Amino acid sequence: MAMRHSNATYRLIRRLKSVGLYMAVAVVMVYVLFPYYWAIVTSTRSAQEIYSFSLLPSLNLTNYVQLFSNAVFIGALVNSIVVALASTMIALAIGILAAYGFGRLHFAAGRYLLIAVLMISVFPQVVVLSGMFEVIGWLRLYNSPGALVVSYLILTLPFTTWILTSFIRDLPVELEEAALIDGCSRLRILTHVLLPLMWPAIASTGLLAFILSWNEFLFALTFILTDENRTVPVAIGLLTGSSRYEVPYGLLMAASVTVTLPLLVLVLIFQRKIVAGLTTGAVKG
Amino acid sequence: MASVTLKNVSKSFGVYDIIRNVDLEIGDGEFVVFVGPSGCGKSTLLRLIAGLVPVSDGAVLIGGDEVTDVPASKRGISFVFQSYALYPHMNVSRNISFALETARIGKAEIMRRVEAVAGMLKIGHLLERKPRQLSGGQRQRVAIGRALVADPEVFLFDEPLSNLDADLRTEMRFEIAKLHAEVKATMIYVTHDQTEAMTLADRIVVLNHGKVEQVGTPRELYDRPATRFVAGFLGSPKMNFAPTLLTDGRLAGPGGFSYTPGLATGTTVSEIGLRPEALTLSAQPGSDTIESTFERAEDLGHEFLCYVRIGEGLIWTVRGSGAPPAFLPGQTVHVGWRAGNLYLFDRDGQRLDHRPADRVAEEVA
Amino acid sequence: MTPTDRARRAETRVAWLFVAPLVVILLAVAIWPLGRTVFFAFTDAYLDNPSSYEFVGFANFVTVWEDATFWRAVRNTLVFTVVSVGIETMLGLAIALLLHRAFFGRGLVRAAILIPWAMPMVVSTRIWDWMLNDQFGLINKVLVELGIIAKGIAWTADPSLLLGVVIFIDVWVTTPFMVLLILAGLQLIPEELYEAAEVSGVPHWKRFWSITLPLVAPAIGVAMLFRTLDALRMFDLSYVLAANNANTMTMSIYARDQLIGFQDLGVGSAASTWVFLIIGLIAIVIVGLLRLDRPHH
Repeated sequence: MAMRHSNATYRLIRRLKSVGLYMAVAVVMVYVLFPYYWAIVTSTRSAQEIYSFSLLPSLNLTNYVQLFSNAVFIGALVNSIVVALASTMIALAIGILAAYGFGRLHFAAGRYLLIAVLMISVFPQVVVLSGMFEVIGWLRLYNSPGALVVSYLILTLPFTTWILTSFIRDLPVELEEAALIDGCSRLRILTHVLLPLMWPAIASTGLLAFILSWNEFLFALTFILTDENRTVPVAIGLLTGSSRYEVPYGLLMAASVTVTLPLLVLVLIFQRKIVAGLTTGAVKG
Repeated sequence: MASVTLKNVSKSFGVYDIIRNVDLEIGDGEFVVFVGPSGCGKSTLLRLIAGLVPVSDGAVLIGGDEVTDVPASKRGISFVFQSYALYPHMNVSRNISFALETARIGKAEIMRRVEAVAGMLKIGHLLERKPRQLSGGQRQRVAIGRALVADPEVFLFDEPLSNLDADLRTEMRFEIAKLHAEVKATMIYVTHDQTEAMTLADRIVVLNHGKVEQVGTPRELYDRPATRFVAGFLGSPKMNFAPTLLTDGRLAGPGGFSYTPGLATGTTVSEIGLRPEALTLSAQPGSDTIESTFERAEDLGHEFLCYVRIGEGLIWTVRGSGAPPAFLPGQTVHVGWRAGNLYLFDRDGQRLDHRPADRVAEEVA
Repeated sequence: MTPTDRARRAETRVAWLFVAPLVVILLAVAIWPLGRTVFFAFTDAYLDNPSSYEFVGFANFVTVWEDATFWRAVRNTLVFTVVSVGIETMLGLAIALLLHRAFFGRGLVRAAILIPWAMPMVVSTRIWDWMLNDQFGLINKVLVELGIIAKGIAWTADPSLLLGVVIFIDVWVTTPFMVLLILAGLQLIPEELYEAAEVSGVPHWKRFWSITLPLVAPAIGVAMLFRTLDALRMFDLSYVLAANNANTMTMSIYARDQLIGFQDLGVGSAASTWVFLIIGLIAIVIVGLLRLDRPHH
């Protein structure tokens, strides 16, 4: 037992380590949170105060008043909500059905289909852009939020199916065997036996699908032509002043804070569910 | 070799007190077993001694030196984990030598020590294998080998046999006892299995809700449990208990139980206890018998267990050797007991010393 | 036909019914558009009237191949991918190791770390754009105050800095994803292994190299695969920060620019097809590497 220091020395070392740990955590927190905080600060500044570097927000809500009296922004907000909700719902409904097929029913093609689904989830979006144009044209959805509901399915469906499938596979088979003996049909098993157990997984995948649809930019930029049909990310992306030096930063930050707020609330409330969804998606993949 | 001393040690996780004010003195070279139901804090207490978990309050001494804040690696201890904690990506040899590597010991010396340990534990032929290619018993030996190679003054075992099947458990129990005889180091061993506790320990520490219930040799704990908890915890099948009422110096219980103990005035008695092996069954009532209804007999070959109902919701076990008596379910039978085997517990669960009142009177006279 | 065969056929039929909606939709929004993209790549169609076209063989592919801007975009994308995924992995591992420790408020910190990842990329880009503003940005202000630089740097206007800024923002946005996946991997390593190492006196750095890293490597591999495939198709960050500036143009921006900007369905589709082939090739190589890396047993 050579080189052992006194008990007090070790106590000091342990305390120092614990202080170091909290300092490192604090640094990470500042890095992660400060930009959003600065956006809030800027959003409460009038055009004259905007170049002040005070770290505290002014309590000036002019930018928000201006933002919410702007019909185009309100329209974009409504479009975003409608598109994200609709796309999430459809992806979940179809994903749940497919997940049962892949996870529980044995058929030869299932394995290959599932791999194909996984491959689609890593498609670069731009690759389907030309063909998607055509599909949307046929459906007469060009320049309407419906175009986004449809096209977002390529983003949301594959991973919803994937995560739900791995979740269903982990449920005990005995449950289903018991239901089969009780004379349930496959659909009834899914809706009455498995679905009630699947809510955690449905919540995680639903949240992920919602976040993905809410944030999407490329399709929303390409398939929507006019301001009144745009979603918020594109509205923010395209918001510029009359020149590079006249970008209305206060207004821009107010819009940024607003569009991020729902996600923030979801993330803080459902942190565990989101992490669970992300990790089943990746770890099992 | 070293003694281990705990002075008023407490540990809480948030609002939960896991260990409350434990004082304990473990002698040099002693084999001490911590037992208790799950959640009693026995594993935490072991980790506090190891230094894997910092104490919330109190002091830990090893070999007379205070080590309360000293890191685990500097305490001169080895730890054998319940799950063995073998590094899955390293072979057996590297698992055993990993600690030595860090201590800047020469390659030849490491080889020599690994081989010595492997020889002692009969795992020499497994040195190149990965943990997943080993059986449970082999993994257990490797884990012990890893503890042994560090040549510690104190060995700490955390339920090391709980993942093995019954046969292997008996075999490894024997090996650990042999190991203690050979290396003569202090050993502290956590288990929930009372057979392991009774067979391995020089002294047993019974823990309940983070507190020490009783410390003593296996025989002391079995014959003279300090509390109802210890009495009920040690012994298999468990001790039989029944509520009792003390009126005018006479105890009355279910099935016509009656006994007049010589007790100090003001003493309360709330429960009686009798071990299954201290009871007999007969069809005829006697002077010290409890009337009961026969429920069922189990013939285990070398012994039998009979279950009798002595009152509402109160089933007692009677144990004897040889073939079970031929009673029919529902038949009235009489359970015989003797005052020398009777345990009395007060309202706080403390055991009361007692002797029959007439005997006390005789002695006084 | 035996009863077992019949049962199996019935199950297959039911299975197809359950997956049919998925298959139909993915055919419509993924497979068919992909096929049409490849198809248009061999034509001279324009976006305003896709139905009138002639087949032009591999001409569009050659056009893209010979376009210096395309190769610039490929180079930008690869540099962006390698550097940002590299930094994200190391930073993500460091933060994951930190958050794996027990400390007061860990749950809240783990929730907070998700925020940059959950924000729309557009919003993150614009916030950082504002913070990096040459005249009024907070970053320049702080750096000047600290005496690190004499006067503000035009982070988002200087062509030589632009790709660096894009990488910097992407690291901020996507490191949380890495942290989460690596953290999940770390949580799979039994605590007892570390306790064993602690008792043996294995120092922290050696615990990291000999225990943590080998055991968390599969999780890091998967996280890097996901991030790489994601980085290779990056569009919004570069586009919002600098539109189609040649210094930050990615493959996706290039392809979309041909298609929408120039309305050239043929060349745009050929560019998209190239993008698809390049990313597919890289994906196959990475998956192959991960497989080879996996121990056989």
